[in-house]
Amino acid sequence: MATTGQAHPAILRNRAQSALMIRGLQRARERVIEFFLFLAALSSVLITAGIVSVLVFESLQFFKYVSIFEFLTDTQWTVLFADAHYGIMPLVTGTLVTSVIALLVSLPLGTIIAIYLSEYADSRTREILKPILELLSAVPTVVFGYFALLFVTPLLQRVLPNLAGFNMLSAGIVIGIMIIPYVSSLSEDAVRAVPGHIREGSYAMGATRLQTALRVLFPGAFSGIASAYVLGFSRAVGETMIVAVAAGTQPNLTLNPMEGAATITAYIVQVSLGDLPHDSIAYQSIFAAGLTLMLMTLIFNIAGYLLRKRFREIY
Amino acid sequence: MRPAMNLKARIARNETVDRLFVVFGLLATFVGLLTLAALMLDLAIDGVGRLDWQFFTSFPSRFASRAGILSAWVGTILVMIVTAFTAVPLGVAAGVYLEEYAPKNWLTAIIEINIANLAGVPSIVYGLMALGLFVYQLGLRQSILTAGLTLSLLILPIVIVATREAVRAVPGSMREAALALGATKWQTVKDHVVPYSTGGILTGVIIALSRAIGETAPLITIGALTFIAFLPGAPIKAEFPFISFEWLMSPFTVMPIQMFNWVSRPQEEFHLNAAATGLVLMFMTLAMNAVAIYLRYRFRKRIKW
Repeated sequence: MATTGQAHPAILRNRAQSALMIRGLQRARERVIEFFLFLAALSSVLITAGIVSVLVFESLQFFKYVSIFEFLTDTQWTVLFADAHYGIMPLVTGTLVTSVIALLVSLPLGTIIAIYLSEYADSRTREILKPILELLSAVPTVVFGYFALLFVTPLLQRVLPNLAGFNMLSAGIVIGIMIIPYVSSLSEDAVRAVPGHIREGSYAMGATRLQTALRVLFPGAFSGIASAYVLGFSRAVGETMIVAVAAGTQPNLTLNPMEGAATITAYIVQVSLGDLPHDSIAYQSIFAAGLTLMLMTLIFNIAGYLLRKRFREIY
Repeated sequence: MRPAMNLKARIARNETVDRLFVVFGLLATFVGLLTLAALMLDLAIDGVGRLDWQFFTSFPSRFASRAGILSAWVGTILVMIVTAFTAVPLGVAAGVYLEEYAPKNWLTAIIEINIANLAGVPSIVYGLMALGLFVYQLGLRQSILTAGLTLSLLILPIVIVATREAVRAVPGSMREAALALGATKWQTVKDHVVPYSTGGILTGVIIALSRAIGETAPLITIGALTFIAFLPGAPIKAEFPFISFEWLMSPFTVMPIQMFNWVSRPQEEFHLNAAATGLVLMFMTLAMNAVAIYLRYRFRKRIKW
């Protein structure tokens, strides 16, 4: 039929139909692909749902056995002992003391570095210093733990002879150094994001670079800097290996950084290292501890959000 | 009013303070750099003596001088393979969806906020989730598969964010050119957008994997063992079908856990082993970061739209 050189109308119709069919198939394929890509994006929400549901479900089992009142008011955490007490306070103080020390180290240093890199350093210096500094957050935390226990603690003991072998001070300092890049990089981005004309306005009034940075850029970038601080806090609270290695695993209700004390995370590690039966109260207790940890970071994130809203500068 | 005479003095003082801040800035930066240097030196001094062939080819042992990291480095590599194979496709797909397809609606907003929040979740919490979900609900036990999946969830936000940034950097004119020639949306994405952003995505993936390689806490939480004196089953077999996935369900240990185990012992000889393991870990992470920095630099230089 096609040999005549002229296509038969039926063939033309067929071709048109198959072209339509191909287009239809293609459209269906596009839809299917888009759907799968959507599922991939949705998986991140499923992770959160998984985290929350596992923590809440296992914690509920725990709170069937332990009253919330005891959990919040008892001053001892001795889950693994015969005389078991379930007061989360010692773990919370341990976590807070190490985190506060970490923030005392990282917030001033990180902020100074951010201002230095964005306002003072030339672009060459910045290009070299920034990646090297960011390596600090790439070091495996267990290596930092080794460093805190076997380098920083002996060093500090020369100055502070009363310092215990396991102590919160050196763990906190090392966590602080580890989170410097988180604070400095995000703060630097925030400071640089302040529009140039505001900076120039300040210079035109005769302000020095430091005056501009502290009185114009810092308030102007406060929203971004606050996010950096909150992220730094989340990192410090959730840090596990440094405290598990260098601050010890003994729950200890104290605010004295010279002593050792378990944090929430160190307790979870300690229990996980043992071979506990599933469904035991000690097994469930690590989920209650994990939930407490999540709630602590959540509270600080909300506080950070409110702070940002209060001080937000809009250009 | 202060006398005008003081004005010059005040300006001079402000300028001195301004110049002094340079010193402060450099000092603050050097605190970070010095720590890094001290850390490397400390590890090298303690550990370099233990780094020999025997250390890489021996199982852990009760005797520090005979112990090695064979099961640990094999475990690390296998876990990383699982992590990469799950996190990369999932993360790239999610990133591409959010940049190229996602409509502006509440669901997209929730996904975006959620990814930002996931990045702030402590890593040990991922371990708790995996313990409850993978180990017990799904019955995957304390296996290489569980470990790889756990770490892939942990690094997923990093991969997604890196993909989004890389995809966003592809100029719109590239997409329009492809679409104008009759390519479908998927063809545009698959043949143009993703290939052009490979450099950025690769950099992000390497950074993410270097993070995963050092992660200890979530793997301890899922119940990884600290003393493993055997290797998982080989992935290749002599008989049909030649490939075996038995290793996925095998118990395992990884280098950071081995290091943690050794550093927590009171005997000093084990600390030397820990330092040697730390050196190997540091070398791997630093090498991966160096590759990432190099790639970023190269792709930034080469691409001229």
